[in-house]
Amino acid sequence: MNLSQALEIASSTDPGMVRSHNEDSIAVDAAKGLVVLADGMGGYNAGEVASGMATTVITTELQDLLETNPPFEPDPANGRPNAERLLRDQIVKANTSIFQAAQSQPQYAGMGTTLVAAVFYDNKAMIAHIGDSRVYRMREETFEQITKDHSLLQEQIDSGMITPEQARFSQNKNLVTRALGIDPTVEPELREYDTRPGDVWLLCSDGLNDMVSDEDIGLTLQTLSANLKLAAQQLVQMANDNGGRDNVSVILVRVLRDFAVSRGWVTRLFGWLK
Amino acid sequence: MAKLILSMDGLVLKEITLTKERTTIGRKPHNDIQIDNLAVSGEHAVIVTILNDSFLEDLGSTNGTLVNGQPIKKHFLQNADVIELGKYRLKYVSDGPAAAKGPQDFEKTMVIRPGSMPKPGPAPDASPSPSPSTSQPANTMGTSQGMPSMGTSQGMTTPGTSQGMATPGTPNSGNSQGMPTLGTSQGMPAVGTSQPQPAMSTSQPVAGGRVAAIQILTGANAGKEMELTKALTTLGKPGVQVAVITKRPQGYFITHVEGTNFPIVNGKAVDAQAHPLNDHDVLELAGVKMEFFFKT
Repeated sequence: MNLSQALEIASSTDPGMVRSHNEDSIAVDAAKGLVVLADGMGGYNAGEVASGMATTVITTELQDLLETNPPFEPDPANGRPNAERLLRDQIVKANTSIFQAAQSQPQYAGMGTTLVAAVFYDNKAMIAHIGDSRVYRMREETFEQITKDHSLLQEQIDSGMITPEQARFSQNKNLVTRALGIDPTVEPELREYDTRPGDVWLLCSDGLNDMVSDEDIGLTLQTLSANLKLAAQQLVQMANDNGGRDNVSVILVRVLRDFAVSRGWVTRLFGWLK
Repeated sequence: MAKLILSMDGLVLKEITLTKERTTIGRKPHNDIQIDNLAVSGEHAVIVTILNDSFLEDLGSTNGTLVNGQPIKKHFLQNADVIELGKYRLKYVSDGPAAAKGPQDFEKTMVIRPGSMPKPGPAPDASPSPSPSTSQPANTMGTSQGMPSMGTSQGMTTPGTSQGMATPGTPNSGNSQGMPTLGTSQGMPAVGTSQPQPAMSTSQPVAGGRVAAIQILTGANAGKEMELTKALTTLGKPGVQVAVITKRPQGYFITHVEGTNFPIVNGKAVDAQAHPLNDHDVLELAGVKMEFFFKT
């Protein structure tokens, strides 16, 4: 199923105003409804190696697998949609690749990356994330954060030590509690969400949300939703105008129309009998 | 490392460095900071320090704790906060390594191991369960938080970046060029200026400190004026022709958003790029003329 008629995707990535190179990586396949964003870390240029490996490993195989394993069909093992297992398997694979590269190459020792990935299918989005890269959603007038960071700061907010307002001024912003490629095993957080025509989904690295307030991000999506490409560029520009201290990456996915899977009468009968 | 400067009536009594995770303040001798004054409760307050952040909590003292003149129960200390207990003042000075090393290092994302830091306060029930991480010491990043209280969060030991190794057969290390169908767009042409700010501002920095406005010259709304205070202001008719005026540190810019016609500035149509606006420029959009001007 080709989703390029149902999804409009725009993206932008920029080193920012301070860093000399871009350790963020993004990959987009509108036809498959697949978007991946990774924010690498590690000395020298290991960060961009880690994030590049993550986006490449996850997208290349997933593109084929989505063709042979319809993402909306339930996995016989647990009844969850195939998309969940496919995405999880690829994330584990990417984790192993990065971890092994880090183990075997001294210059890559300790590299890792955050990750957000989404697969769109059947009016749904399967979203996976690790670390502090985020997914936001603009639906009607409401702009909200969908993922919850795996970070020390988020844990402090959860435990009531600080309020989200105070968190903006914390110096511990940049400590993540989970990342891809730093341990032999990884635990991605995977959730399925409904999508509706008109939704705009935003995937971003912390270079955006650390520099631009949620309010201004929401305002941009609201006012520029007619021109998604411009909205993506505007978000990067706002981060840079505010200092651009980190690499900034954004992927915007707008749901143009319903993309429910048309099930034949046999499938429908099956569903009815169950 | 953050410290407190204890003073009374403007006289500095002593300096205390916040080295412990919990620093207690009170009249009784077992406190870390003992203030022998009857206005101070036996156990008056505590400062919990995690990495570079310190939190002050009043322990139900009789006379209360003030921060910058306001009574508080719990407070996230910011540099130069003044804590008052009776006649005593404690000035909080944070000159952590983050501040010293500059914003560049401070922005660097690092991994912190679950369990490498003690969790003060009630156990967070909503926090992600500590993943079954088989910690490999050889592979830890930024785990200088080994010791109980705050380690320096900047103590990232970048592993030996030994060069001269053959690049491994890793698939593509390039940024975002992973796949053929990949739609990457390069960001804006980088624009100068912009000082690093300590924290992001809620709205865009004001363009050169001046606020501009638009006055409509023709059509039904002629004479109406609109101040451009938001980061983005859209003009035009949705579905027909829309343009946006962005407020940036270097000034105001107009950019085409949708429609077949591009906005006209001083009689000339602009292209797809952002176009800088000058005082008294005349704009034309969807058949309506308007003037852009700076308010004093």
